Amino acid sequence: MSGPIINWIDKRFPLTSFVKHELTDYPTPRNLSYWWNFGFLAGIVLVLQVATGIFLAMHYKADATLAFDSIQHIMREVNYGWLLRYMHAVGASAFFFVIFVHMARTLYYGSFRAPRELLWWTGQGLLLMLMATAFMGYLLPWGQMSFWGATVITNLFKVTPFIGEQVVIWLRGDYSVGDDTLTRFFSLHYLFPFLIIGAVIVHLVALHTVKSSNPSGIDLKDKDNIPFHPYFTAKDLYGLGIFLIVYSVFVFFMPNSLIEPANNVPANPMMTPNHIVPEWYFLPFYAILRSVPNMFGGVVAMALSVMMFAFMPFLDRSRIPGGARYRPIYRLQFYLFLIDMLVLGYVGYKPPTNPSIVVVGQVATFCYFASFFVVPFVSKMEENWLIKRGLPAGIMELMEREKRDLEARKEEHRRRKGDRI
Amino acid sequence: MENDVKEGGDRRNFLIKLTSVVGGAGVAAACVPFVASMNPTSDVLAKAETEVDLSGIPPGGVHTVAWQGKPVFVLHRTPEEIAAAEGTNGVIDPEPDAKRVKKPEWLVVIGVCTHMGCVPTKEGPGWTCHCHGSQYDDSGRVVRGPAPKNLAVPPYHFESDTKIIIGKA
Repeated sequence: MSGPIINWIDKRFPLTSFVKHELTDYPTPRNLSYWWNFGFLAGIVLVLQVATGIFLAMHYKADATLAFDSIQHIMREVNYGWLLRYMHAVGASAFFFVIFVHMARTLYYGSFRAPRELLWWTGQGLLLMLMATAFMGYLLPWGQMSFWGATVITNLFKVTPFIGEQVVIWLRGDYSVGDDTLTRFFSLHYLFPFLIIGAVIVHLVALHTVKSSNPSGIDLKDKDNIPFHPYFTAKDLYGLGIFLIVYSVFVFFMPNSLIEPANNVPANPMMTPNHIVPEWYFLPFYAILRSVPNMFGGVVAMALSVMMFAFMPFLDRSRIPGGARYRPIYRLQFYLFLIDMLVLGYVGYKPPTNPSIVVVGQVATFCYFASFFVVPFVSKMEENWLIKRGLPAGIMELMEREKRDLEARKEEHRRRKGDRI
Repeated sequence: MENDVKEGGDRRNFLIKLTSVVGGAGVAAACVPFVASMNPTSDVLAKAETEVDLSGIPPGGVHTVAWQGKPVFVLHRTPEEIAAAEGTNGVIDPEPDAKRVKKPEWLVVIGVCTHMGCVPTKEGPGWTCHCHGSQYDDSGRVVRGPAPKNLAVPPYHFESDTKIIIGKA
């Protein structure tokens, strides 16, 4: 970049060098597939959600007596209010869809392995913040599903040892979900996206330190990296085009397909709907909560089920690069896990009064946790089997070098410790 | 001279530690009003008592009234229902029926499932919670999980034969 204005800025602020370093010259593996688009897409959805949210907040009233009607006001009287609201509601589902694919790609290709653990863990933190934001936003329309969803989820904090009851009352600001709960959820629902933006920056700093993984699982040499711009800006924008087509089909043609009909009934604290279900993106975790017959156990199991992904860098002991692409057993585990998630989602959607659904849920919950616990053993056995079956010489060499480096680091560490004594 | 510096260093370290502790305590104290502001407000606390007229509830009938924003079931039990309730002690959280009522024909319980806080529905004998499938009998005792406890009995007293006040024993 040049020109007197850019020059003037560059003397005072590292604009050109920053853009060059992080975008135009940023080295990106040339073999990234379209599965690597979803981080960018998540960023775009975040921008869409913040933009639509800010304009919705100009018309929304966070008051238990006004909230439900103010949504109707947005839908019927505000110019393009229907569009803003449908974009925001569909955007929430789109956000989770994009994030789930983003996570599935990381798990499939083993991108969470060293040196990308912190990248993976900041992503895990982002998932938790996204879930909290979505949950609080869901209360705002003040429909029956909003109200009872918030009641059930705030009630989970009752399992806090010793002060459970007080924690629930403190969270709600009332003995039951009420006006004070609605107002504070609105305040926090507005705050959290900005915390998410901050965490996304941390996520990106970590990414630009370790650089993108790639389908081969091997860190490419400089000659195999290409600049992010124009190659991946173009690829990401093409993916964005496809994404926006699907998003628009939902926004314009089936905006209510993902909204529970019961949420078009105003909240009634005296009557629980016969069948309460969370939004689709919470269903597998909800199924796990319900599958454990003990309340404390259920809450712990649900919290663990979300956090299990963070343990993957420790659980996966295989040194074979490239994740499921070069590891047939890990690939099988990956697909079985996806199927298990779908089964859990189905169980979470069904009413719990059917005993066979309960049993299916319990089996699927067991499989969910078991599939994590077997990873350390299976990954090691698979590695031995693959080595015995014969790997390309280059891969063996790479693994030997990584092993030697690790040994050397350990030796160095021991020596320094010895010096200090 | 060296001694002076050393002593000065000790004093400085001590002062740094002391200032950090006092500063930390100050920050913690400053958090109290923020945390406390999220607790129920005075006007929420003021919705303490609810009066219920029993004369309109036929035998076998149940009325749902709001007390502190929560539903309270007032069930006018028939002699058969009383006999059934007194014949058992409950299953998961055993408690005799006599300890749960002031007069056998009137059952007053908070209609909030002790599992996740849904409102159970009156179905056949007792209540069923449709959120997670818990069941309660006509004494409000849990007969099928996942609910861990019986429906709570609120503090209440009979003002007359046809009127109760919920909120004060």
